[in-house]
Amino acid sequence: MSNDGPTPLERFVQGIIPENPVLRQVLGICPTLAVTNTMEGAMTMTGAVLFVLVCANVLISLIRGMLKPHLRILVFTLTIAAFVTVADRLLAAFMYDMSKQLGPYIPLIIVNCIIIARCEICAAKQGVWTAFSDAVGQSLGFGLALGCIATVREVLGFGTWFGKWLGWHVIPASIPTDVWSPWVIMVLPPGAFLTLGLLLGATNWMTARTKKA
Amino acid sequence: MKKQNYIADAWLVILLSLLFGGGLAGVQASLKPRIDANKLGDTLSQIPALVPGSTRGEKADAGEAVVYKALDAAGATTGWVIPASGQGFADRLELLIGLDATGGRITGLYVLDQKETPGLGDNITAKAWRDQYAGKATDKPIVVRKTKPEAPNEIQAITGATISSDSVTAIANAAVAKFRTDLAGGGIH
Repeated sequence: MSNDGPTPLERFVQGIIPENPVLRQVLGICPTLAVTNTMEGAMTMTGAVLFVLVCANVLISLIRGMLKPHLRILVFTLTIAAFVTVADRLLAAFMYDMSKQLGPYIPLIIVNCIIIARCEICAAKQGVWTAFSDAVGQSLGFGLALGCIATVREVLGFGTWFGKWLGWHVIPASIPTDVWSPWVIMVLPPGAFLTLGLLLGATNWMTARTKKA
Repeated sequence: MKKQNYIADAWLVILLSLLFGGGLAGVQASLKPRIDANKLGDTLSQIPALVPGSTRGEKADAGEAVVYKALDAAGATTGWVIPASGQGFADRLELLIGLDATGGRITGLYVLDQKETPGLGDNITAKAWRDQYAGKATDKPIVVRKTKPEAPNEIQAITGATISSDSVTAIANAAVAKFRTDLAGGGIH
């Protein structure tokens, strides 16, 4: 195993906040916008990405010595597509409702840039453990960002948090509609853009403040 | 300079393709029964809610068409459930329509699959809206109104989702009409 490059622990920590795939690298924006109107959708997407990213990173790291530079992207795509298909079938078999709700966004993980970026940046250059902890760290970072957006959108849009799985009403259903009614816009695509934009702005603002201090 | 050999260069890609192809075929073969059972289970589990008095359902013998028979605890036919699909506002809608034993009255309607606008068109899945279809006679097509229904064959559209409301109704009307013809012709057992 080579000694250059970040250690497994560094890779893991980097993925969560300092190099957060959504908030810092601004990758994987399609699923970030599309599936975050409920926490269930966001967490199922995170689980699927975790599975695909861990499998792809570990496999690419194992075969990194055999990769030809001009064919590496082809191998990455092939590997990712295979694991995404497995994830899609598993969801259809064991979480049928979520599979129906997420629809095309599970197969679309194939074109999620986070995964191919991790294969290129980390797995094709570093050992299996580093690649594994990198995959877990990046997936947790992805889940954190999706969870933040989904929390804002589901609470304001439906008044619930994990409404379908746990049935938590953050805003009691008994509140009369002339006092508060769900913000339909938060469930629709504009709600995703607004929330993501404000979250990105907040992250940048906090980074700027930390640097000054 | 060494001559390029493309096949030798690509051996890893070829090997991985074969391995992944085989692996995926295995995954599909082992999970397919479960996935199909999920789809059928989703349909059958709606039957008691769609046809009052029924406790379970089974596939009916209807030639080319797919029709489910609703049965009560004693095994007598209490009604029929027909799957129907067509274009909605955003994507294909898949519906289940419950009918009584003679096919003369709609007993319920359920949306199996839809991708209508969240917050507006997806209200077609709301029970309160779908329940408008229950009890409608099937000799006249159902008509969608934007205001409070007056005639017995009318239902009220969802505010902001007229196309979704119209689509559900049109799909249901067409499917019911076809089913009535088939049933009258003795094609369904």
